[in-house]
Amino acid sequence: MSDTVQVERQQKMDSREDTDFFGGTAQGVLSTAMDRPDGPQKVTGTATYADEDHPPGTVFGWLVRATVTRGFVTGLNTDELRAMPGVLLVLRDDRLLRNPAQGQAGRAPVQFKGEVAYKGQPIALVVAESFEQARHAGLAAKADYLDRGGKAVICPEDAEFETPKAKQSSMGDLDAAMTAAAHRLDGEWTTPSMSHVAMEPHSAVAWWEDGKLTVRASQQMLKHNVKELADSLGISPAMVRILAPFVGGGFGSKLGISHESVAAAIAARKLGRPVAVPLHRRQVCETTTRRSESRQRVRLCCDRDGVLTGVGHEVWVSNLPGETFSEPVTQSTPFTYRGENREIAHHVGRLNITCAGSMRAPGEAIGVPVTEAAIDELAEMAGIDPIEFRLRNIPEEDPSKEIPYSSNRLADCLRRGAELFGWSERKPAGTRREGEWLIGMGMATAVRVNMLQESEARVVLLPDGSARVETDMTDIGTGSYSILTQIAAEALGLPADRVTTVLGDSDLPPAAGSGGSFGAASSGSSVTLAAQAVREELAKRMGADPGELTLKDGHAIAGNTRRSLPDLLGGEAIEGKGTIKPGSNARSVRQASWGAQFAEVAVSAVTGEVQVRRMAAVFAAGRVLNPKTARSQCIGGMVFGIGSALTEESHYDRRDGSFVNRDLAEYKIPANLDVPKIEIEFLEDRDAWANPMQAKGIGEVAVCGTAGAILNAIANATGVRFRHLPVTLDKVIAALPRP
Amino acid sequence: MQLRLTVNGTEHALDLSDPRVTLLDLLRYRLGLTGTKKGCDHGQCGACTVLVNGRRMNSCLSLAAMHEGDEVTTVEGIGTPDNLAPMQEAFVRHDGFQCGYCTPGQIVSATAMLKELAAGWPSQVSGDLDAVALSDDEIRERMSGNLCRCAAYPNIVEAIREVAEQEGPA
Amino acid sequence: MRPFDFQRASGAAEAMDPGLRVIAGGTNLLDLMKHEVETPARLIDVNHVGLDEVRREGEGLRIGALVRNSDLAAHEAVRRDWPLLSRAILAGASGQIRNRATTGGNLMQRTRCPYFYDIHARCNKREPGQGCDAIGGFTRSHAILGASEACIATYPGDMAVALTALDAVVEVEGQGGAREIPAAGFHRLPGDDPSRDNDLRPGEFITGVRLPAPLGGRQVYRKVRDRRSYAFALVSVALAVTMEGGRMTRVRLAFGGVAHKPWRVPEAEALLEGHAPHAALFDRAADAVLEGARGQGDNDFKIELLRRTLVATLTDATGDAA
Repeated sequence: MSDTVQVERQQKMDSREDTDFFGGTAQGVLSTAMDRPDGPQKVTGTATYADEDHPPGTVFGWLVRATVTRGFVTGLNTDELRAMPGVLLVLRDDRLLRNPAQGQAGRAPVQFKGEVAYKGQPIALVVAESFEQARHAGLAAKADYLDRGGKAVICPEDAEFETPKAKQSSMGDLDAAMTAAAHRLDGEWTTPSMSHVAMEPHSAVAWWEDGKLTVRASQQMLKHNVKELADSLGISPAMVRILAPFVGGGFGSKLGISHESVAAAIAARKLGRPVAVPLHRRQVCETTTRRSESRQRVRLCCDRDGVLTGVGHEVWVSNLPGETFSEPVTQSTPFTYRGENREIAHHVGRLNITCAGSMRAPGEAIGVPVTEAAIDELAEMAGIDPIEFRLRNIPEEDPSKEIPYSSNRLADCLRRGAELFGWSERKPAGTRREGEWLIGMGMATAVRVNMLQESEARVVLLPDGSARVETDMTDIGTGSYSILTQIAAEALGLPADRVTTVLGDSDLPPAAGSGGSFGAASSGSSVTLAAQAVREELAKRMGADPGELTLKDGHAIAGNTRRSLPDLLGGEAIEGKGTIKPGSNARSVRQASWGAQFAEVAVSAVTGEVQVRRMAAVFAAGRVLNPKTARSQCIGGMVFGIGSALTEESHYDRRDGSFVNRDLAEYKIPANLDVPKIEIEFLEDRDAWANPMQAKGIGEVAVCGTAGAILNAIANATGVRFRHLPVTLDKVIAALPRP
Repeated sequence: MQLRLTVNGTEHALDLSDPRVTLLDLLRYRLGLTGTKKGCDHGQCGACTVLVNGRRMNSCLSLAAMHEGDEVTTVEGIGTPDNLAPMQEAFVRHDGFQCGYCTPGQIVSATAMLKELAAGWPSQVSGDLDAVALSDDEIRERMSGNLCRCAAYPNIVEAIREVAEQEGPA
Repeated sequence: MRPFDFQRASGAAEAMDPGLRVIAGGTNLLDLMKHEVETPARLIDVNHVGLDEVRREGEGLRIGALVRNSDLAAHEAVRRDWPLLSRAILAGASGQIRNRATTGGNLMQRTRCPYFYDIHARCNKREPGQGCDAIGGFTRSHAILGASEACIATYPGDMAVALTALDAVVEVEGQGGAREIPAAGFHRLPGDDPSRDNDLRPGEFITGVRLPAPLGGRQVYRKVRDRRSYAFALVSVALAVTMEGGRMTRVRLAFGGVAHKPWRVPEAEALLEGHAPHAALFDRAADAVLEGARGQGDNDFKIELLRRTLVATLTDATGDAA
């Protein structure tokens, strides 16, 4: 074992970071379209996900779920189940969860304690020697319930709504502005409950060794998940390790722990054997989380020149009783456009259906499409081109807080997007037709708040001049393995293949985790800082200031001296620890990622089917760390948007809250044929307020403008404004005359 | 019951105690071949796609017991990290995946799909049932049985198109 | 999935046993067994009994029950002479499923009604006499024609819709001998016994499907659904129309996604035959098809959708050079 020198660097974002560190590094690997280092594993099936790489002797658990909507579990046919072939354990335990933990909760969510709050809620776990035995026994479970008379509420129309004070805001006099305005719009939109549908079902494999719990799990935020799991089990977080080297998609559904890890851990403890609890797709749909449905009233008014004078956005969303999360639909409304008179209102109703939680771009994913549809409508009333209308309404600063934008290239995105897409070819509404197909073009602004979360990483420069990056960050498809490798390679002047990135193990330094589009910026900044600490040590050894040190291709260069890293290291390793912390920049400036999105659709005048024929988008989101993975993130976001605009809706039986289309056949995410050619461009952008890398979030912004662009394209094609998503063919034929 | 089958060229003689075991669960839980993924277990996503006697199918919708004597190829049999098949290389180069969970199914499916296309099998988007030609829409339609929530679809189409063009006209 | 005995048949005769449940492609049966909607005690695997040939029989075609959907859709004779059948098969499921699904099994597939699929919901098809939770529930996929108080489920397939329009015949065989059932009469309406999807008797086994001589003319299968691929039909129209001298001399029509069976209305065909294509005539044909149509709420739109799709399909198929 060689000696290791430990160095450290921390930064809290309390001011503008004017040094563009990566503007001065020499390796030239950051911001290149490098292939994913984890690619070869993923394409050969050697990347292992949660329900894989089982320890010897692993047995299988199946969750038993409530068949009533509300009530108390008073009994279970445990004896009968225990007698079934292979059954090892029938677990009823108050520590089982009622619903998953919300993102970044860091403590146990509401636990079971015998009470059922929605149909399909897990109430027990059956464990058997084989998966087949466990599944059969799980389906044979029969519970007794006591109905304590509480009425289940399924539909938002029947819900009682709370109006949390902190979620309301008001400026000026919107009513007066509406009355006085040259053009005004007051409309109501709805968006449905939606399901995340990560391709990897939530799964956990748990085992205990010397009183310490290890769980392979499909999770997005390990440092929080460890605390949530420990708190749920009533043990110390120090006794919990979570492994998630690969995560088969999350989209918010794996932010917090859910049923499977708690159930597997308890069962493994009781049995003294490893227990796997892979959720069935139905169980994923019913028992994890959903995006809340929403009802949204938007009021907009503008003067004769199309300058907005008022903006109102009032929303009604829902969640289970007692959950504090509520979809922040209006999040970006206050700062996107002008309008000195404003009303933001937020109401949350209590429903007895699947828990609502964060789903990719919580808030903006459903709020921005609606405000963008409303803006489009108002622009049409004012007789102004929708792009020009938006350009006239980009404020100098965040009008709601009177603080500057950290960077805002929306105007450039709009102009470049118009060019890229060929906006000038757009025809008046309802005038372009090819056979039975009505063709239309639409666009929308994309906006998503930018955040930074505390994150820690270790970068070890090894005696042979290679480096290892270690943090408990996850790669849920976002490209963490790629960008963290590139960041470390760039900062240390190494070819990317000399850097190994190890993620997804909660024993590693705690990262921000994947969520809220802050993962790359937060974990990347911590890796940057750790590598900078290593550089400082190298500079010292070169007798130079860090600013005068050049690292390239495994060599350190300062003044007239050039030395190879192994030579400079002299058999030692340098271990840098980096910590990034959010600071006052989160409040002193308005940070967001921006974009302009475009869609062309064809609407069948016969059947009402809507097909997206092409899409384009231009984004400005700070430094792009890897244009290949960033592009993929944007494409993925845009296809997410196609689903929410056209096909996706979770249907709950209005009588008892059964999730009716709880599978991949009937909950319709886009298939390959639904997705057209998509063009993506990134503008040069640097955000010196955001983080030391001057990068911003890219994983969610592309969701935000898509559905709006599609809605507006449908309006351009048909002349009809559809205000209830998804725009399925039944809604279209109801509005279009027979051809 | 006894079951003999060949997986990726290796013959297996198994004592299958429970006929309920699907081909997918046999691969994942009993043979340790976890490259084949379970996304829905009901033939609604395609993550479990394998080749049986050269044809692609959903391994979740087939009992292991129905495959006596069959030759099964999983993603592990298509190529390895050190020796990627052209389709796997193309997926990496075109970033035809993100989270990677549907990817083995996509790659197995794409590999077989190109053979179907080369054999002249039509699809629902073929204008002429007797004159099938490679196009982006043909690839999209034929790959629609493999859902991808990360939605790498456009990159998947590019990757497959590149391999198809290298392999010559369909 | 409940435990079961598994055996492999070496000949079709072994499968003609009322105590055995036949498994071929398994693409629907296993799906249902995993949910314990189907709970057979004894399964017999017929994948190796032969019956996997497509061959000319006079002017017609005989399709073995074990011919896979992919092979049937790609068969050169089917493509050329019965393109409607190719088109219908290719509109369904996915490449992977079509590679496995068989001709006989496809006819035997069961409804996708979500209440049928939920063992905790009441369903007369699953448990006769239990009641129907679909009625009053979420009914987007359900029937607008031929439904009963007991069941509003639809037959979900595409292939059978084409077979119905093409006057195909289903060959079945049991211990009592062989018989033939017209495709149009193979599936049944739910009436007061929705547990029976079709006319097959206990122990009977589908051995094949026969297609009569090609109809020629224009053949179109138009499937309308919520996404462009890999989804069941909301409504589908199978049309074969022959034009002579500007008149429709022969019309065959069948509809999917609207009833417990592929829907065929000979009166509508008769109305069209012998006449020149005309919008008002198409409307009258649609009236005939939709006689007695009734929605369940969420699926009311199917009535209008079927009308529009039918009229447009007829218009397109009889227009321009037809």
